[in-house]
Amino acid sequence: MGEVTVHVTVNGRERAESVEPRVTLADFLRDRCRLTGTHLGCEHGVCGACTVLVDGAAVRSCLMFAVQADGAEVTTIEGVASSDGDLSPVQAAFRDCHGLQCGFCTPGFITSATAFLRDHPNPTDEQIRDALAGTLCRCTGYQGILRAMRQAADTARVGERS
Amino acid sequence: MTATPAGGAARFVGARVNRVEDARLLTGRGTFVDDVSLPGMLHACFVRSPFARAAIQGIDTSAACALPGVRFVFTATDLNPDVREQWHTAVGPASPETPRPPLAEGEARFAGDPVALVIAESRYLAEDAAELVDVDYEPLPAVVDYAEAERAEALVHESHGSNVVGEIAGVPASALDDVFASAEHVVSETIHQQAYAPVPMEGRGLVVDYSGATGELTIYAATQVPHEVRLFCSRLLGVPEHRIRVVMRDTGGGFGQKVMVQRDEMCLMLAAPKVGAPVKWVEDRRENLLAAGKSRQEHAAVTMAFDADGAIEGAYIDFVQDCGAYPTPWPVTTAAAVGMLFPGPYRVPRAGFTCKDVYTNTVGRTAYRGPWQFETLAREVLLDISARRMGIDPVELRRRNLLHRDELPYANPNGMTYDRISPHETFEQALAMLDYDAFRSEQSDARTVGRYLGVGMSNYVEPSTPGYGYYGTEAASIRVEPSGAVNVYVAGGSSGNSIETTVVQLAADALGVKIEDVSTIQGDTAVTGFGAGAAGSRSGSMTAGAVRETAAVLRDRLLAIAAQKLEADVEDIELADSRAHVRGAPSTGISIGELAAVAYFEPGSLPPGVPAGLEASERYAADAPVIWVNATHVCTCEVDAATGQVKLLRYIVSEDCGPMINPAVVEGQIAGGTVQGIGGALYEHLAYDEDGNPIATTFMDYLLPTATEVPVIEYGHIETRSPGPGGHKGVGEGGAIGAPPAVVNAVADALSPFGVTMTRLPLSPSQILALLDQ
Repeated sequence: MGEVTVHVTVNGRERAESVEPRVTLADFLRDRCRLTGTHLGCEHGVCGACTVLVDGAAVRSCLMFAVQADGAEVTTIEGVASSDGDLSPVQAAFRDCHGLQCGFCTPGFITSATAFLRDHPNPTDEQIRDALAGTLCRCTGYQGILRAMRQAADTARVGERS
Repeated sequence: MTATPAGGAARFVGARVNRVEDARLLTGRGTFVDDVSLPGMLHACFVRSPFARAAIQGIDTSAACALPGVRFVFTATDLNPDVREQWHTAVGPASPETPRPPLAEGEARFAGDPVALVIAESRYLAEDAAELVDVDYEPLPAVVDYAEAERAEALVHESHGSNVVGEIAGVPASALDDVFASAEHVVSETIHQQAYAPVPMEGRGLVVDYSGATGELTIYAATQVPHEVRLFCSRLLGVPEHRIRVVMRDTGGGFGQKVMVQRDEMCLMLAAPKVGAPVKWVEDRRENLLAAGKSRQEHAAVTMAFDADGAIEGAYIDFVQDCGAYPTPWPVTTAAAVGMLFPGPYRVPRAGFTCKDVYTNTVGRTAYRGPWQFETLAREVLLDISARRMGIDPVELRRRNLLHRDELPYANPNGMTYDRISPHETFEQALAMLDYDAFRSEQSDARTVGRYLGVGMSNYVEPSTPGYGYYGTEAASIRVEPSGAVNVYVAGGSSGNSIETTVVQLAADALGVKIEDVSTIQGDTAVTGFGAGAAGSRSGSMTAGAVRETAAVLRDRLLAIAAQKLEADVEDIELADSRAHVRGAPSTGISIGELAAVAYFEPGSLPPGVPAGLEASERYAADAPVIWVNATHVCTCEVDAATGQVKLLRYIVSEDCGPMINPAVVEGQIAGGTVQGIGGALYEHLAYDEDGNPIATTFMDYLLPTATEVPVIEYGHIETRSPGPGGHKGVGEGGAIGAPPAVVNAVADALSPFGVTMTRLPLSPSQILALLDQ
């Protein structure tokens, strides 16, 4: 099968890679970039574990081919914390609120939540629930995740005021 | 007594300590099995039967083998003859097991049955090649409806001679004839629970890496029990146990599905020595829903007899469960637990049961959080139906029958002796949290305007922490390193149960060190002692015992060295904050690093009898054969009678798990199990059509609860100390036991004006509307 060259910036690093057109963005990130924090929970676009940010938008990387990301900027879970290891407000809130247990779905929640809170800095509880409805967790019963979202939203607002 | 092992001050045990697992998992630095990549690694994909039952007339692998990049296509003739022994330690070699060929041999017995194994240079190529394997199937009549399996002409396993796997009975129904004949009220119903499954977000997976030169096999596994993977594999291949190393750092949930080695995993183990390169198999979601196993799928005719005041006089359960084609492990003893536990935390003077297990041409039964939880579903749903028929409030009916502490220990009529539980207290606490009377008046107000609110409740008593056989011991090794940093080695392994954090909390208190000075190494059979893994709600209690035993040895050494250094009596030395000091004079102290330096580098100056170094390994043997746990679930809901939609409003769990090691972890376990139980009651159905075709093999069809459906869970805690270490009890499984009946009862209560009886799960909108239409 012929290969295509993809130019993509992943977590700030420019890459040019030759890939088969059928390789998903998720497999590209995991296998080619060795960024294994992006997890595959269903490979049919329902569970949301593989969510990454493509030009800022939360995208299911199992439903996108790597070639479709040509020219895009991609942020994976590995690019969410600061380079010196400080957790983002969303990550810190998940830690504080017991928002993860096995941690397999967590990268998808963190990336989705990061995009959602950027676009909805003042969410209602209902908006938070709706925003998370496309990401599945089997360990937490969503209890800690919902608390974490509230904390992350509130912390961000406090941060803006100060 | 405190909740602290080894006599240290409880600083971290009992606290909502942040988890040590989180830093890696929040930043994408976890290591799940699919994250393991080895040089030259190949990828596996199974060819699976599309038929529920079919004779395999032939398999043509030539086209698949000819595809560039394909290295091997194995069929049953390649792999199956290499099986030496295959049995799980928990059930032993003598168990009358289901024949379990690694690859289907001659006959495929469920849709999803592995028929061939393709090994190729990438997963993409392996999937391409799997499509090219030409299997000549002759479809055969399949046994699909388990309720008819016993009478079916077709046999799932010809060699077994019957579709009945096994049967265990207690006191027979005929022996209770007198109770049921003379009782004021006798209520009978048949209650059904559908097939649903653990569905961890990470499916099953293995990377096998065999070195022909050394005869060593390394396995990276998604598992709840790395040591059993090693032991099983050792028997399977006839490779000595010490030549096999099993590693799991992060497992993406298991909930019972990953406690036993299944046929697919056996295939990878058997293929490893033939391939000459590492091989990875990670199942996709379709495979997980098709072939990783199902749970629940059962029904029972249940009967209870009551006197005129509603006191239970007798209880009987006639239970049948679907085991699919390849149950793992032998399911008959778990089924018996349904019968034995059916009386629950109530005063039941007479009881009996029969429990039958049948084969069908569907995916095999596997363990799932509270594998026997049908007893609670059947009992609690029947209690509500009985209350309605007798005209007694369901709370009042339970109050009259619940066990009180002063009756303990209490032997139920099936010989289960409960002790150190608090069913009355959790029940009253949960009702008080709800304000039951206020809810009833809100409900009656709502009905006047055509809104249907309901309240449901359930009580259970659960055996946790089995203290016998395979499960009965657990080991810990602790090294206070020369710098004073502490490493704790336990079998463990992170599968969502926060066992790393738990170990760090326990060890910090036991040794009197700062929590940041403790680290833990788990999930690697090369460096940890044997352990039976995350199963049976055992990790907390058993690991607490292991850490206590081992830390006590090192604590004694630290105290002896400190006493000599500080020129004081051992009894006067305290260990806290990673320092030793004389009681009342904290400024005179010495750091644990200084003590460690003496232990390692000045062995000649150690007190008499104190060995060099600060390393110890001990194995804890369980104090009790079982640790009983109890809880109450109470929830409220609104049902839309026009659409059949159920909305849960409040959800309260009052649980008695003894002193909590970490309340955040306890509540996380309760919440996760509860929402799995809610899923089973309302949404999830691993359904088959009448020909045995699975029809829920994607997340579009198999509906997991999402953030929009779950209620906020409110927690109440009652604390009764167990006989085990620290008084702790197991808390991993209970949520999934208590939730389904609480939800069913709430929906039934909401719809009680319609006079419907709810006896079938899941309560999907269509199911509810069908009942309302009757």
